[in-house]
Amino acid sequence: MALALLRLLVPCRRHKNPLLSHLLNPKIPLFLPSSPLSKTLIPHLKTLTSRAGAPEQTLVLTKDERFGSSEAARDEATPEAGTIAAIVTSLGGGAAAVGIVRLSGPTAVSVAARVFRPVGRSKEASCAFSWRPRSHFVEYGFALDQKGNVIDEVLAIPMLAPRSYTREDVVELQCHGNDVCLRRVLGACLEAGARLAEPGEFTLRAFLNGRLDLSQAENIGRLISAKSVAAADSALAGIQGGFSYLVKSLRKQCIELISEIEARLDFDDELPPLDSNMLINLIDDMWHDVRQALDTANYDKLLQSGLQIAIIGRPNVGKSSLLNAWSKSDRAIVTEIAGTTRDVVEANVTVQGIPVTLLDTAGIRETDDIVEKIGVQRSEAAALAADVIIMTISAVDGWTEDDTKLVEHIWKNQKSTGSAIPMILAINKIDCAPYFSVQTFEAVGNSFTKHVQTCAVTGKGIPELERAVLDVRGLDPIPAGGRRWTVNQRQFEQLLRTQEALSRLKSSINEELPMDFWTIDLREAALALGEISGEDISEEILSTIFGKFCIGK
Amino acid sequence: MLLRLRPMTAATTTVVRPHLSPRLSFFFHSSPSILSSSPIANFRPHRRRIFPSRWSPRRSLTTAASSAGQDWKDHAETIEERYDVIVVGGGHAGCEAALASARLGARTLLLTLNIDRIAWQPCNPAVGGPAKSQLVHEVDALGGEIGKIADRCYLQKRILNLSKGPAVRALRAQTDKREYAMEMKKVVESTSNLFIREAMVTEILVGKNDNVEGVQTFFGMNFYAPSIVLTTGTFMSGKIWVGRTSMPAGRAGESASQGLTESLQHLGFETDRLKTGTPARVDYRSVDFSGLEPQHGDEEVSWFSFDPEYHIEREQMCCYLTRTTKDTHQLIRDNLHETPTYGGWVEAKGPRYCPSIEDKIVRFQDKDSHQIFLEPEGRNVPELYVQGFSTGLPERLQLALLRTLPGLENCLMLRPAYAVEYDYLPAHQCSRSLMTKKFEGLFFSGQINGTTGYEEAAAQGLISGINAARHSYGKSVIILERESCFIGTLIDDLVTKDLREPYRMLTSRSEYRILLRADNADSRLTPLGREIGLIDDRRWNLYQSKQAHILEEKERLKAVRVSGGDFAAEVSRLSGQPVKDSSSLESLLKKPHIQYKVLDKHGYGNKLLSRIEKECVEIDIKYEGFIARQRSQLQQILNQQHRRLPEDLDYHSMRTLSLEAREKLSKVRPQTIGQASRVGGVNPADITALLIYLEASCRKSTEKKRQELLRSIPTEADGTGSSLATAAQA
Repeated sequence: MALALLRLLVPCRRHKNPLLSHLLNPKIPLFLPSSPLSKTLIPHLKTLTSRAGAPEQTLVLTKDERFGSSEAARDEATPEAGTIAAIVTSLGGGAAAVGIVRLSGPTAVSVAARVFRPVGRSKEASCAFSWRPRSHFVEYGFALDQKGNVIDEVLAIPMLAPRSYTREDVVELQCHGNDVCLRRVLGACLEAGARLAEPGEFTLRAFLNGRLDLSQAENIGRLISAKSVAAADSALAGIQGGFSYLVKSLRKQCIELISEIEARLDFDDELPPLDSNMLINLIDDMWHDVRQALDTANYDKLLQSGLQIAIIGRPNVGKSSLLNAWSKSDRAIVTEIAGTTRDVVEANVTVQGIPVTLLDTAGIRETDDIVEKIGVQRSEAAALAADVIIMTISAVDGWTEDDTKLVEHIWKNQKSTGSAIPMILAINKIDCAPYFSVQTFEAVGNSFTKHVQTCAVTGKGIPELERAVLDVRGLDPIPAGGRRWTVNQRQFEQLLRTQEALSRLKSSINEELPMDFWTIDLREAALALGEISGEDISEEILSTIFGKFCIGK
Repeated sequence: MLLRLRPMTAATTTVVRPHLSPRLSFFFHSSPSILSSSPIANFRPHRRRIFPSRWSPRRSLTTAASSAGQDWKDHAETIEERYDVIVVGGGHAGCEAALASARLGARTLLLTLNIDRIAWQPCNPAVGGPAKSQLVHEVDALGGEIGKIADRCYLQKRILNLSKGPAVRALRAQTDKREYAMEMKKVVESTSNLFIREAMVTEILVGKNDNVEGVQTFFGMNFYAPSIVLTTGTFMSGKIWVGRTSMPAGRAGESASQGLTESLQHLGFETDRLKTGTPARVDYRSVDFSGLEPQHGDEEVSWFSFDPEYHIEREQMCCYLTRTTKDTHQLIRDNLHETPTYGGWVEAKGPRYCPSIEDKIVRFQDKDSHQIFLEPEGRNVPELYVQGFSTGLPERLQLALLRTLPGLENCLMLRPAYAVEYDYLPAHQCSRSLMTKKFEGLFFSGQINGTTGYEEAAAQGLISGINAARHSYGKSVIILERESCFIGTLIDDLVTKDLREPYRMLTSRSEYRILLRADNADSRLTPLGREIGLIDDRRWNLYQSKQAHILEEKERLKAVRVSGGDFAAEVSRLSGQPVKDSSSLESLLKKPHIQYKVLDKHGYGNKLLSRIEKECVEIDIKYEGFIARQRSQLQQILNQQHRRLPEDLDYHSMRTLSLEAREKLSKVRPQTIGQASRVGGVNPADITALLIYLEASCRKSTEKKRQELLRSIPTEADGTGSSLATAAQA
């Protein structure tokens, strides 16, 4: 107690203030006992002379006593400035063999532990698993998303503070070098509690933590300010009219909604009540707009990384012939024998300028042949990883029992990973059954987005197949107004953040939370959109309120 | 109506060597004020409150003769009045400042132009409202007075935003303006250590070390104290306007304070001018209320103060709602040239939240009617406040304008609407303790800092009063962080942002308002109030038992489970959600539309809890998720936000900062990185550059120290030193 008394009586300089330290370490008693001697902090002696120089200050961040306990629990997770993550290898170029996602910050290890599962640990065990890596010791394992699905096979390289680039705990995840893998792993890290690093932020931290020397630091300063200035005023301007317009109009809508709500919070009795159904509709519209923007962003990714199309089906329906016809090659071996294709065969084509990888797979069936069995497994895996599935059947056999089983099987797999890959039905060998009737497929018709009749031997139906592929992926060959733009990772990330905020907002509305809570996520959305366009919101809301409403006493 | 004006006198910033003139002028000219020293003993108050016998107060009056040198030899002894703290101004800021300071044991002198006008409510006699009520609750939680007086003198009370969320729920009280002033005056007069004197302060006396020493009054008196709080309100060079006619005055019928602005300008302060106004008052008895929509107070009265001793219900009065008519709009349009703004004799940009009726009609032409509230000003006062109807029209048109309102067709006007313009000091000249950056011990509070509103004034007054007292005892000053309370947000905004209009607290000004609610103002701030010394044992015990009740109840709700029955059925009916078997009461309370009342109704409530405690429990449980999310978001930004900036940074030399940032930062001189980021015109890139600069210069200085250390070794110890240096190099 005497110690506590002393702590309070000694004027605090710099950061060391008793309340803040109390906040961080509640075990230190904060309050003085109520004996008459210690009722005040003000000492009895007056020391006029001691007041020379700058005034001392006690900075107070009060805490809410009602939430005392939760505070203590969160202490260890309190980051200095958060844990950051980014893809540190180059993106968008040709696929490299390896790409790296780097995490840095006080919670880097615990974030990584939520994403990374070393090989040899079961899924169940991973729930209670706390990863205690040895520094600079490479571990092999899998990256998982929030639901526990495997995203990629990775190497994790923990570099614990201070023996790292930033002098913080750093974990690098070496993934497969393609953009999709990298983005998914990064996405998982962000979900697990990291935030996306600002441009140059790893280096900035390296400097702030004393890792770089001064001349290096000055370069970084220049670099960062150049980058952020560029981000602030040119990220959108000119080059991407459509996207810029969308972001700005979404942001404007957010701010208008906040203003609508907040004007009524501050000037309750002077404004007509708000029509909450109208608000909800607006929010829904915004959510859809953001989603569309994200889809478009995905289109942009497709332009870079291409489409993967898996051709699947029962054995001997002509999958390999289809691949050969499409790619105008003899890439796959074609025989009359069912089960000729044992492994996944790739061929590359270009559809409307988009690079497409065709994957011919082993016919899926129950088999005892050990080689074919592996082939079937690979077929299923290829189907899961593809962007589009082309399910091939033979017009001669029509729709069979086995086809139904196969489709159900694919569905089940998709459901368990939570994805929904569009499927196209290709009715092959149409030349051998000219009177084939589409009506017979009514029963299973719902599972396919499109039907196309093809003949692999003559090449008939291939252009229709291409169109169907573009259609199901929403890749309209004629660009609709303003839908062609490029979105970089940062913009994509902020769009995601916007979408998440709006989704939370929708659930707040569904749970009938009061309107003030709506503003929290609306602000979040506006902030995220503002990050893209480089604008701040605080004053703008007030201006909108005052510009729009007639209020005041 | 509030307007921003050019300073009346050009904002000269001539710095006079401050310690020369005021002092000397006192010695040469104040001989007539010589008093005998005998009444000293009577002067001394009893000290009963917080600091009993152990406190040895400095002598209340000191004879100055011995220290006065040769010139004084011929005169009789003169009395030098010395205090610990002098508060200039007896409004809402001044009262809180003086009370806080005196309660902390500092001998405090309250100087006011007119003792009969202490705690006057010259504008709307109301306390609270959105965001403002948070300020009042927070001031009360820290041991301030405004909430108690408002609770004691209310005419009507209403909770606003009841269904819009716990953080924006706001209490507003109409108060009896006479009673309010009387009650506050009683408290001020009966507080020990607090002395009141009528005086007009014309000069600030400063010492050699850029510290204040006292004030000089118009009649030549000097009062000395190491801490001075200026709360001049609208009085500094105040001037009131009705139509085109003006006269010097702080308020209608009260003289302005002259000379202080010049004194402050001489000391190097930048001053500027603001304008505010108040609508007409009409005679209650001349209004026909029969056709007007009445607005009653709440049946269940809520309170500003956390102290149940002040929770005394009284009969409420009714407010009425009327609207502007076509005639109103026509009359204004026909006479726009007669208003200061549109007539063009005042260069005006009105504050956005307080437009005059002519502003509303011009700016919102599509609205054919505006709401006008009629609010009583007291139980024994026939005056009605016409809210929403302030105007700059000349008096001869005002009555005609009032009579266009339904119910007021035959009304009599008691006071015309008028505007007042006054000097203020842009608050970037203060640090967040509200002490000026230029002079140690000089504090500003209230409208002098550019705010409007009794609540904003009281909040600042409390903080400056606390800090003035602490400063006079050589204690560290207290600074409330922005994120901890609305008071902190208010002050942070004032000292960092470039204000273009009088500042009013709004809910949207707080980034984390879900954490800064009325219901938890005590659990956020009362421990601090206790530590500072403004919360006595009784209040502290009340506070602690309340917190204990809330905690226990939350535990109980977690533990008690229910299955089926009427209760579960009602919960599922009200919430539209199924109720699982063996649900905890906590989980039921989380469901939509389920309030603690439902628990009470079915006998699951805790009868020992007060209504307020139940409300706290309900909020904590119902919004737990949101609150936790906001807390963790806040926590993430805090460490960087609170990083201190050295006071002597030369922003102009930082090439990596944008030009605008260099200029703004040099002017505002923020104390933390967070503050710097809120200065207008400073963008995130500037903040990064600033961080890098800080780190770089920190490293340069460590490097320099190391070098010096190495160099000093050989000179200190010749022979061994060189070998040491070699060792260090190796």
